Amino acid sequence: MNFREIADLVLNSSKADETEVLAMEQDESLTRFANNSIHQNVTERNIQITVRSVIGTKIGIAVGNDVRPDNVRDLTTRAYEVARLQPDNPEFKGLPAPQATPAISSFDLDVAVCEPETRATRVAVICRKAASAGCVAAGSLTTSSFTIGVANTKGVFAEHRSTLIDASTVIMGSNSSGWAQNSGWRLNSINPELIADEALLKVRRGIDPVDFEPGDFTVILDPYATADLLEMLAFDGMGALAVQEGRSWMNGRIGQRVMAETINIIDDGLNMNGIPLPFDFEGVAKKVVPIVASGVVLTPVFDTFTAGREQGKQSTGHATPPSPQGRFGPAPLNLFLKPGNATLDEMIRSTKLGLYITRFWYTRTVHPRDAVVTGMTRDGTFLIRNGEIAHPIKSLRFTQSYVEALKNTEAIGATPRVLRTALGGATSVPALKLGHFRFTSSTR
Amino acid sequence: MKELIEYALNIAKLKWARYADIRIIDRREQVVSVKNGNVDGIGDQYSQGFGVRVLINNSWGFASSAYLNKSEIERVTALAVQIAKASGVVPSERVDLGDAVKTIGKYTTPIRVDPFSVSLEEKLGLLFRADAIMRRNTGVKVVESNVIAIRHHKFFGNTEGAFLEQVIYECGGAIAATAVNDTEIQVRSYPNSFRYQGTAGWEYVTEVDFAGNAERVAQESVELLAAEVCPSKTTTLILGSSQLALQIHESCGHPTELDRVFGTEAAFAGRSFLTTDKRDNFKYGSDIVNLTADSVRRTGLGTFGWDDEGVPASATALVKDGQFVGYLMSRETASRLGLKSNGCMRAEGWNRIPLIRMTNVSLEAGTWEVEDIIADTDDGILMDTNRSWSIDDVRLNFQFGTEVGYEIKNGKRGRLLKNCTYAGITPDFWNSCDAIATSKYWTLWGTPNCGKGEPMQTMGTGHGASPARFRNVRVGIFK
Repeated sequence: MNFREIADLVLNSSKADETEVLAMEQDESLTRFANNSIHQNVTERNIQITVRSVIGTKIGIAVGNDVRPDNVRDLTTRAYEVARLQPDNPEFKGLPAPQATPAISSFDLDVAVCEPETRATRVAVICRKAASAGCVAAGSLTTSSFTIGVANTKGVFAEHRSTLIDASTVIMGSNSSGWAQNSGWRLNSINPELIADEALLKVRRGIDPVDFEPGDFTVILDPYATADLLEMLAFDGMGALAVQEGRSWMNGRIGQRVMAETINIIDDGLNMNGIPLPFDFEGVAKKVVPIVASGVVLTPVFDTFTAGREQGKQSTGHATPPSPQGRFGPAPLNLFLKPGNATLDEMIRSTKLGLYITRFWYTRTVHPRDAVVTGMTRDGTFLIRNGEIAHPIKSLRFTQSYVEALKNTEAIGATPRVLRTALGGATSVPALKLGHFRFTSSTR
Repeated sequence: MKELIEYALNIAKLKWARYADIRIIDRREQVVSVKNGNVDGIGDQYSQGFGVRVLINNSWGFASSAYLNKSEIERVTALAVQIAKASGVVPSERVDLGDAVKTIGKYTTPIRVDPFSVSLEEKLGLLFRADAIMRRNTGVKVVESNVIAIRHHKFFGNTEGAFLEQVIYECGGAIAATAVNDTEIQVRSYPNSFRYQGTAGWEYVTEVDFAGNAERVAQESVELLAAEVCPSKTTTLILGSSQLALQIHESCGHPTELDRVFGTEAAFAGRSFLTTDKRDNFKYGSDIVNLTADSVRRTGLGTFGWDDEGVPASATALVKDGQFVGYLMSRETASRLGLKSNGCMRAEGWNRIPLIRMTNVSLEAGTWEVEDIIADTDDGILMDTNRSWSIDDVRLNFQFGTEVGYEIKNGKRGRLLKNCTYAGITPDFWNSCDAIATSKYWTLWGTPNCGKGEPMQTMGTGHGASPARFRNVRVGIFK
């Protein structure tokens, strides 16, 4: 069944006052390599159908992946039965009304039909380059095509087809390692030669890292580390639900300049340089939302439910998929940090004493109100002294407020990189130079 | 099902697979969650499908589909073979799976009450009672509660002759209160912050007392706002059982996964400091530290009949009297060490390959009464219930945060502390363990959210522990 048929079946068979159907179909393949060979190579074809049934202000949800007509009807009935059991939720103001959604083409047939042999050939480039350098490569190459469809009984009908490609590698020498990653929706977003070369450069620079005493340092972050800053700030409170519940770093900071004037963060689901999505998971068109402008915190993003709880607010098109597990709340899935004009070399040359960091690892929030995060550096950490990389150092643990870190932004890279994120979208981020970053322990 | 399984395996054999297996899985999950007096989420999730794994020469391929019928099985099996052949473009070393696995049988989680037979009204009633009690405390901003029930119905067959059917039930729940002021967000939860979850029936939920603990949980979240911040110093640390469970998970469970040791998780989850030269040759912890992996203890989230390679459930030592002695293994990795798999290959679902995962990795009980551990401590901090966790990619440098802490002075529990953290290096930490409480205090906790692999797989693991004491630990980060 195609999405139109699924939608007709659900919406016509539902007895609820309002009904919504969300279908997410994907064909995803991933070739994984380690020790310079492919060791896991997988593919999956799946569909997830979510039916949201509304009776008055009661909401029921059922999720399934069986598209046989009788089972789709059963799913619709189950969502209705669940809704019937619930008490009224007066904060729920109904499903969204239809609106025009922009047509965006982010589908590359070459990605959609990418054969396992094509993926293997590209992986082979990275493995061969690593082996030639006496190193060991591990990583993955993902190709995916997916369709998202949303329809409801108020007349919403939106469908979007897209592709995604992502490649990453960590290349390891005897006592050093380097990381590189790229994501996009076009097959040519990924160049395995460049990915291997970038990681190998870090391996060579990182040979024989030395112990290093933690402390407060100026840092220069590769885009991989910058991406973590944005992801954690998004996770810790760029959505209206977190702000309404008082658990966001934005609480008490909206309208205030809490980051450097050069920091501008927007969510732009329509930008073709990211991995665009023209509407959210309840079919509302994506709005471009300036979240931080010139260092001033402006607003979180909204879905229909959270907008309905505040006077004068409208959904910004940032609903996440409805889940029986509870409301995750709206989230920005297409974050862009506005690039500056600095090169990496300029940032290093302008640093008397500091650290150059490839990426962060296993970051977790320690104090959500201030967005204090702990984590490790990984796959390349270097001491900068008198404008030059002096030598590699062993990985360090940091415990740092990401809001405070961005307050001390000294330079922003000119060249952003698109990286797939754990929340399901992609972020576009440049390198950063931050005046202060607090490292709290070292490892062996 | 047997006919479909044999159909896939025959196709794989005809296409020259050295080995193949197929898993057909039907999964049902029901969650009910309540937040601030309203239903936050409620409903059922169903997922069914199958996955075929084949080995051609020394290369693996895996394909899966939600569409369970003969023609799709044929397409997917052929695709798995094509993928395995493509893997051969960058071939692995020789794959040896060891002895053939030919087990035939059926396993069902022993349960008293089928959680899907309990009405949604009853589940909602349980949660609304706790919700109402927590909301009586006006200092609390957000109150949350949830229950979950999962049933995995799995069929497994391989080209060596194994055919297995398993019905595994999981059940659990938790309550939590969040208090906020202008500068702080403080959370208290019960029984655990990641939900209390095990392989069990509805009785697992009703045996804990949400309503009876709701008032305390709310009160403690509010008290934490005004509590002293955990001081920064090196001191004696006593960990409660649930926090110790996550400490075991991160610093013992993950580094003993043999795939990490062999580098096959290097790009994502990371590697391990417990390299093969350290087996039987490394003092992981003090003499009283005994850590085991088992898949047989009742209610453990790592408890089953057979793993997803058909290897039977078992119990093995990882650390014995402080010495590192064993790994969590698959058939392929075990044979590289000349050993047999201890049955740790587990897949999240039909659309994922099995990976080496923790089963129930536990710290065996010691000889101390908890009161005696406290009485025997002149100066220290007692911390419990996890709030944050982070560890490096070889599992050495860790930092944990807990919901709650109590100062220990002159053998007595003292004032409440907030924003508690502690940090250390894994073997240093475990070698500083000098007291472990008896089996009276031992609890088998569940960690339902362990992430590993690409595509990411979330797995439930079990961890038993009783409270224990550690010396010279760095605590505090904010003061």
